[in-house]
Amino acid sequence: MPDGMDVDYDGLIPNNVGLAQDARVRKALETWHPGYIDWWKDMGPEGFQESLVYLRTAVSVDPKGWAKFGYVRMPEYKWGVLLAPAVEGRRIGFGAHKGEPAWQEVPGEYRAMLRRLLVIQGDTEPASVEQQRHLGATAPSLYDMRNLFQVNVEEGRHLWAMVYLLQKYFGTQGREEAEDLLRRRSGDADTPRMLGAFNEATPDWLSFFMFTFFTDRDGKMQLEALAQSGFDPLSRTCRFMLTEEAHHMFVGETGVGRIVERTVEAMKEAGIEDPTDVERVRALGVIDLPTIQRKLNLHFSLTLDLFGNEISTNAANAFNAGLKGRYREDKLEDDHQLISSTYPVLRLRDGKTVREDVPALSALNMRLRDDYVADCQGGIGRWNKPIEKAGYAFRLDLPAVTFNRKIGEFAGFDSDPARLPTDDDHAFIDSLMRPVTEGGKYASWIAAPKVGIDGKPGEFEYVRIHG
Amino acid sequence: MGAIKQHLIDPEICIRCNTCEATCPIGAITHDDNNYVVDAAICNACMDCIAPCPTGSVDNWRRVERPYSIAEQFSWTELPPATPETETIDAFEDEAAVLLAEAHARGGGHAKAPASAAKPRVNLHNRANPAIATVTGNFRITSAEAESDVRHIILDFGATPFPVLEGQSIGITPPGMDAQARPHAMRLYSVASPRDGERPNTNNLALTVKRVAEKQPDGSIFHGVASNYICDLQRGDQVAVTGPFGATFLMPDDPATDILMICTGTGAAPFRGFTERRRRIAHRGPGRLWLFFGARTPQELPYFGPLQKVPTALLEQELVFSRLAGQPREYVQHRMAMRGPELAELLRRPATHVFLCGLKGLEAGVDDALAIVGRDGGFDWPTLRAAMRAEGRFHAETY
Repeated sequence: MPDGMDVDYDGLIPNNVGLAQDARVRKALETWHPGYIDWWKDMGPEGFQESLVYLRTAVSVDPKGWAKFGYVRMPEYKWGVLLAPAVEGRRIGFGAHKGEPAWQEVPGEYRAMLRRLLVIQGDTEPASVEQQRHLGATAPSLYDMRNLFQVNVEEGRHLWAMVYLLQKYFGTQGREEAEDLLRRRSGDADTPRMLGAFNEATPDWLSFFMFTFFTDRDGKMQLEALAQSGFDPLSRTCRFMLTEEAHHMFVGETGVGRIVERTVEAMKEAGIEDPTDVERVRALGVIDLPTIQRKLNLHFSLTLDLFGNEISTNAANAFNAGLKGRYREDKLEDDHQLISSTYPVLRLRDGKTVREDVPALSALNMRLRDDYVADCQGGIGRWNKPIEKAGYAFRLDLPAVTFNRKIGEFAGFDSDPARLPTDDDHAFIDSLMRPVTEGGKYASWIAAPKVGIDGKPGEFEYVRIHG
Repeated sequence: MGAIKQHLIDPEICIRCNTCEATCPIGAITHDDNNYVVDAAICNACMDCIAPCPTGSVDNWRRVERPYSIAEQFSWTELPPATPETETIDAFEDEAAVLLAEAHARGGGHAKAPASAAKPRVNLHNRANPAIATVTGNFRITSAEAESDVRHIILDFGATPFPVLEGQSIGITPPGMDAQARPHAMRLYSVASPRDGERPNTNNLALTVKRVAEKQPDGSIFHGVASNYICDLQRGDQVAVTGPFGATFLMPDDPATDILMICTGTGAAPFRGFTERRRRIAHRGPGRLWLFFGARTPQELPYFGPLQKVPTALLEQELVFSRLAGQPREYVQHRMAMRGPELAELLRRPATHVFLCGLKGLEAGVDDALAIVGRDGGFDWPTLRAAMRAEGRFHAETY
């Protein structure tokens, strides 16, 4: 087996980073562990801590066997520290240090910047668990409930991944940051999470699916950019996290897709020809397409704010330093230093939006956001398939990137409340949030998935609620 | 049936997350704005991309005469229609595929897997890249006085992933060369343990292997190379294993299904796996197992002792002996005829599955017996058998 593939599964913390031989870091993580478990019990999925959940656990970084499925009580989930195998002779792929051997230790000059990147990434992981903690009680099926919990435990593992890097490479400061990650709370007035979208509530399952589709996709883009990092332990950490993050994309894309599918099916059965006849559609116990569009508008715009300002010196510095690359930097063909190139950025000029060429280095946030929008568009295309197939003229679409923004060039520029979910929309969605806990059964507003998890048949009991 | 086994990604389920493309060690996966696709000219079925896929979309295979091009795959919104013959693949290694095709031939050829069977993982390890298992047990399970030496072998895979389902087989090739200085041929052995190991959550599996030592007409004794290699293994020895193989002879997962299992000799191996699996999940459903098991004497019947301890509520067993002193020779088909009315009732139920495993010739004897059961029970067995095969409810593996 190649180096770094062996996972030590015997200790408290499964890992492939040699914790057994690293007494200082092991002790630091073992000291942090009880606080983490307390946090999970306080802020993790409410009411299901004793349930047996059919979860996937990463037990190896060897693709042939990295996932193992089995019934687990969530507080007993094996949260581990897993890095993708080291690439021999890896070199820094971009920025001022391009071509130098990748760093195995933190370069002193970038210490503060790197710590900040880790803390911001790390803070989002427990935040989403907190945001989603009440959803188990209204799951539309055991299948969906299981997927929610899978997302939750993997976010927990991603927190572990960042905390490992902080504890391993940042000494006392790292330890304090690790403690603070457990101290902040999503939506808390005094100690909120660091980024806006992670302080919004996730009140219902449509919100959850939209969140995993849009907001977790921002996470994916950030991880892709950090996977390019010249700091090799961060790159390897993020590469492994990406294989888990993909599951979250899956939950979001298929979740909304199944809602759309069910709505279209119900409209067809009832002979409804106008999908905007909201009253008749809602009477069928399904979510009307205009409401889905409004929810989409909200989550898309909130997530765009996570990309920060269009013109950013922080992003330029992180790129120049070789800490955070562009999306799939290794697949791009240019000088990877952006010394003289430009990038077209959407700007607000005299109340109009125009595209302006700016130095590419200062437009990295924009570029990542553009890649993000293109990635979202692919999923929207899939959501529209059943609508097209059924012959309805309606299409879901992404709103303009200028819509409903709070951060950056377009903050406050275009905020039409009619295109955002209303109280009435939320009251209606709430009225549908009734749990379905019989194996193989689904709530009226969502279609069954095309295939089960781990090839399981339809009626499989993904969660044994009472253990 | 097509000659090429092509790896395809289901565009209806795929979410284009790039995991497969990033995982593929040889760059066989690529994408456009629409789809992720596999280049048939590059893919070597190493299976690395299968487990990390979050959707299951990457695990699709078709037998085709001409592989679909990348351009064709880019244009798809769904996979081309499949038949069981085009989508279930027992093995990617031709050597193993030929052995399984031969074992299934007398039962009617390539079958369809039970509807509720879990999705099997196939050919994760091949001759070039075998899994190395350690022998952690080797017990004789026929009595010491019996002529027949059948052994229960436990192979532990340590940290190497080797996920099997009940009914699948693994390949073992004896080390060394044959008389013509060629590597030995691969042999297949049915897994005799349930999917989660000899004890729950152990990464091991069991085999039931009979030492081949046959008297030849000239009085000499032929010693089977592979079986003697395996039966002589000591605790701590390492064995190169390929597989798992087999995508149709699989235990139904639905705990409500009744399963009729008919075997002779080491054909009991998969049914030990089935029985242990059911024992572990018995609380989940009302399904029962029926076992018709033939051997010459109780001393020669593999697992005779352990079988005495399996509760009747789980397993109805008919152990049949053909060489009991002072008694007429009895074979499984005779005993089946005796239980005719109950078998007829069992076979008429729409969820019943039938599995045969043992020596060649078992199919014919069982067919004769069930034809009589059917005649008295009001159904035509060949017709019912054909229907059951089409529904993935009739399976035979003989050698």
